[in-house]
Amino acid sequence: MDPALPPHMRPDASFQGLLLTLQRFWADQGCVILQPYDMEVGAGTFHPATTLRALGPRPWKAAYVQPSRRPKDGRYGENPNRLQHYYQFQVILKPSPEDLQDLYLRSLAAIGIDLRLHDVRFVEDDWESPTLGAWGLGWECWCDGMEVSQFTYFQQVAGFECAPVSGELTYGLERLAMYVQGVENVYDLNFNGRTGTEKVTYGDVFKQAEQEYSRHNFEHADTAMLLEQFRMAEGACTRYLAAGDGGPRHLMVLPAYDQCIKASHVFNLLDARGVISVTERQSYILRVRELAKACGAAWLRTEAGGAA
Amino acid sequence: MPDLLLELFSEEIPARMQAQAADALRRLVTDALVERGLLYEGAKAFVTPRRLALAVHGLPGRQSDVREERKGPRVGAPEAALQGFLKAAGLTSIDQAKVQTDPKKGDFYVARVERPGRPTTEVIAEIVPDIIRSFPWPKSMRWGSGTLRWVRPLQSILCTFGTEIEDPEVIRFEVDGIVASNVTYGHRFLAPGAIEVRRLEDWLAKLEAAKVIADRDRRKAAILADAKDLALVHGLELIEDEALLDEISGLVEWPVVLMGVFEAAFLDIPDEVIRATIRANQKCFVLRDPRTGRLANRFILVSNLAASDGGAQIVAGNGRVIRARLSDAKFFWDTDRRTKLEDRLARFAQITFHEKLGSQAARIDRIALLARALAPQIGAEPGLAEQAARLAKADLLTEVVGEFPELQGLMGRYYAQAEGLAPEIAAASEEHYKPQGPADRVPTAPVSVAVALADKIDTLVGFWAIDEKPTGSKDPYALRRAALGVIRIVLDNRLRLKLQPILIEASRPILGEAHYDAHPHDVFHLESLADKVVSDLLRNLSRRLVKAGPDTPPGDIARVEGLSMAADLSADLLAFLAERLKVHVRERGARHDLVDAVFALPGQDDLLMIVRRVEALQSFLETEDGRILLAGYRRAVNILRIEEKKDGARYAGPADARRLVEPAEERLAAAIETVKGQVAEAVAGEDFAAAMAALSHLRGPVDAFFEAVTVNATDGELRVNRLRLLDEIRDATRVIADFDRIEG
Repeated sequence: MDPALPPHMRPDASFQGLLLTLQRFWADQGCVILQPYDMEVGAGTFHPATTLRALGPRPWKAAYVQPSRRPKDGRYGENPNRLQHYYQFQVILKPSPEDLQDLYLRSLAAIGIDLRLHDVRFVEDDWESPTLGAWGLGWECWCDGMEVSQFTYFQQVAGFECAPVSGELTYGLERLAMYVQGVENVYDLNFNGRTGTEKVTYGDVFKQAEQEYSRHNFEHADTAMLLEQFRMAEGACTRYLAAGDGGPRHLMVLPAYDQCIKASHVFNLLDARGVISVTERQSYILRVRELAKACGAAWLRTEAGGAA
Repeated sequence: MPDLLLELFSEEIPARMQAQAADALRRLVTDALVERGLLYEGAKAFVTPRRLALAVHGLPGRQSDVREERKGPRVGAPEAALQGFLKAAGLTSIDQAKVQTDPKKGDFYVARVERPGRPTTEVIAEIVPDIIRSFPWPKSMRWGSGTLRWVRPLQSILCTFGTEIEDPEVIRFEVDGIVASNVTYGHRFLAPGAIEVRRLEDWLAKLEAAKVIADRDRRKAAILADAKDLALVHGLELIEDEALLDEISGLVEWPVVLMGVFEAAFLDIPDEVIRATIRANQKCFVLRDPRTGRLANRFILVSNLAASDGGAQIVAGNGRVIRARLSDAKFFWDTDRRTKLEDRLARFAQITFHEKLGSQAARIDRIALLARALAPQIGAEPGLAEQAARLAKADLLTEVVGEFPELQGLMGRYYAQAEGLAPEIAAASEEHYKPQGPADRVPTAPVSVAVALADKIDTLVGFWAIDEKPTGSKDPYALRRAALGVIRIVLDNRLRLKLQPILIEASRPILGEAHYDAHPHDVFHLESLADKVVSDLLRNLSRRLVKAGPDTPPGDIARVEGLSMAADLSADLLAFLAERLKVHVRERGARHDLVDAVFALPGQDDLLMIVRRVEALQSFLETEDGRILLAGYRRAVNILRIEEKKDGARYAGPADARRLVEPAEERLAAAIETVKGQVAEAVAGEDFAAAMAALSHLRGPVDAFFEAVTVNATDGELRVNRLRLLDEIRDATRVIADFDRIEG
């Protein structure tokens, strides 16, 4: 941990301090520091900076915070560990460097986890995203028995082999902050690192949102509208891809991929509302995967996708 | 002689793959060496989370030279044949080959091939890269820009070769840019620096100094010993768990055993749930308090780090996670008890048991009816047995079982108790799954027995009906275990059950016969049946129907044929049970051929009676009377067979008393008459020992008969009568078993 940090910026005293420390650390490794993608996603992996950039031959290093929405995980603000909206810190390095594990461990040291005092372990955990047609091998990273990160070597994304392979790190920021701050309830996290009347907690910022969105996700989200939105997003994605598909290069992948993201989130909401049966569930997942695959195929025909 | 040391150093290898990988490495390398003529004295593999290693002891320094003569084509053979020969023999010109003369075939070429043995290091440098590239990981991956596949990124390779007295040679082969060296690395956090290594002893010692115990068995032993000691210090007992120990030893290179505490209030949760929670999520051991016999509010964790604060932070961190997990478990346990088991049943209608066997609800209905039907024969109250069967699976829908499937049954017992249901119902929830394996307990309470039998019989009959029988090593539905369960429950509880009618009864609803009784004409609407197997069966049935003629009322035929389908199924299943019974009795020291001998008699479907017969028969055959009678039986049957074949006739008893002329024949006939009656009476009274004792009275008369009487008399009528008498011997023993099937 940087001893020069003022108290309110210390990663073990402030949620935003933790986040800024990670950004700084990965900026020092040559990553572009991006901002969250401006759409609702279930995980940082959905950001085009990961999904699409993992495809094709061109090197890429990026890090960013991504608010992640898991409508089903809402608990009306009553569970100390579960949220329907939380933050992931996402790092993607392509090709995965030889010392990626060391870099990861140094990032933990940077946020105040003393590796001589804490038991950090790499425990087998294979990652798969059926909606993205993606999978990889890696670990969940344990700190004193708590899972604090996911560490994955992407093998396939959107149904395409990754070559070179990207290394992906995903930090669960709330969990990590709870650990370094020594807090047992997420809503008690110190958000801004101030004390006394100036202190703002995670609960001050998000508790009301958790309550309102839980009501929305489970009780009130307009299912007729959502079903229609799913169909519209699916149709638009296909049409946009067709519109960009004139010559050897594909000319309009990113707007189409937005619609794929949209469809995925709408599906998650419908799922939380309990209007999708077990058998339908599989077919919705497949439909989103088809969109993701089509976007991946188109991406490989763009400049950033490495097309000649 | 020199030794080989090979170490493949990588990022963390999944714990579950380590032991197998160590075996595979040893097998692949030693096989490849032997194949190339390099025999060795010993080999041992090592594995930790970060390294897979192999030491091969006592290898020769080089292969032996090979000298051989290779026979070629005849002199004057076509050019193509000559060229082929030169290429195969490694010659450049035919002048280098010798000409050998053969008086019969003419002159031909012979090449003398000399292959000098290669240095072992060269052979190793050739075989190891191939083994690495094609290593049989259950799942492997690529990384960075490379194409090599390994379980996780491979970082370095160490490979040395040499004797104790010299400096070993480093075998410098290369795999995808990784060049083998004599360098390895210590513990990730405690001693991460590079270490130069000469040979195995050196490697082990230097790694240990660098906080790595390379030997998996030593890590396991150390964890177990330290955990037990630590428990003892606190007056507690470690609850041992071999699978957990295996996994943990694959997660650490330097195990440090520590103890943590959780709030005593969590001990309200059943012990098994606490244990499952702590084990599955945190990979920690739990402890028993010998004073209460229950779990203590402590746990044992195995860290990979000797921390500078003695592990205080590690213990605190793990304790925090365990508390959060136990809070979840307690929430599940409390939530589950708010819904009655009965109220959960409706949901089973939406859950498929097997796509060809319908919903869980249908299965539970069948089990409940079968349990009710079995109850009177087992001494259980039918209503109670049915209710217990209806509730026995309800815990599958609870949160705790959803989280920890291994607690099925047990949770049902707890929830039934919490609801205040009859203790028989609570017990049956847990016990109806038993016995799970050969070492598991067999239920004895009548209600539990009825539900356990009904559950297993329904499983067997169901998978038999859709033709998913076990084959070879494949038994995905554990049907052999179910069959063994039925056998053990029946035998251990000394149950008298005629299985044939039970199996027929159980298969009728699955075969759809009940439905076709009520709707006979449906038989012809095959298209409407989604279930392929049932429709196959019915197509078969409809063919039989057509043969029966157009005038026959279809309902009657459906019923008759349906019953015969169930009967076919039950006969086949009964034969399967007999096979399993043979395995079972053989394991307990009985002769399996005697099971065959008894089972060959018609109508043998009572397992307990079969086993009792087998036991009586076995002890009888161990006596002198038994052995000699068996010999006499065989002599009689042999003669009969030969003569019957010769005459193309079948000679069935009884013999005509008026044609018995020799005293020995008369005595035999009289003895058979008496013995038959006694045996029949004893068998009817199920006193098989008495039946055997009665049978033994035949020994003397049979012996005397063969001593004094010539069966093949010149008088044809006498001969036939004596053959009939021999048949009576066969017939008399048939009441006990088919003696033809007795071996030895």
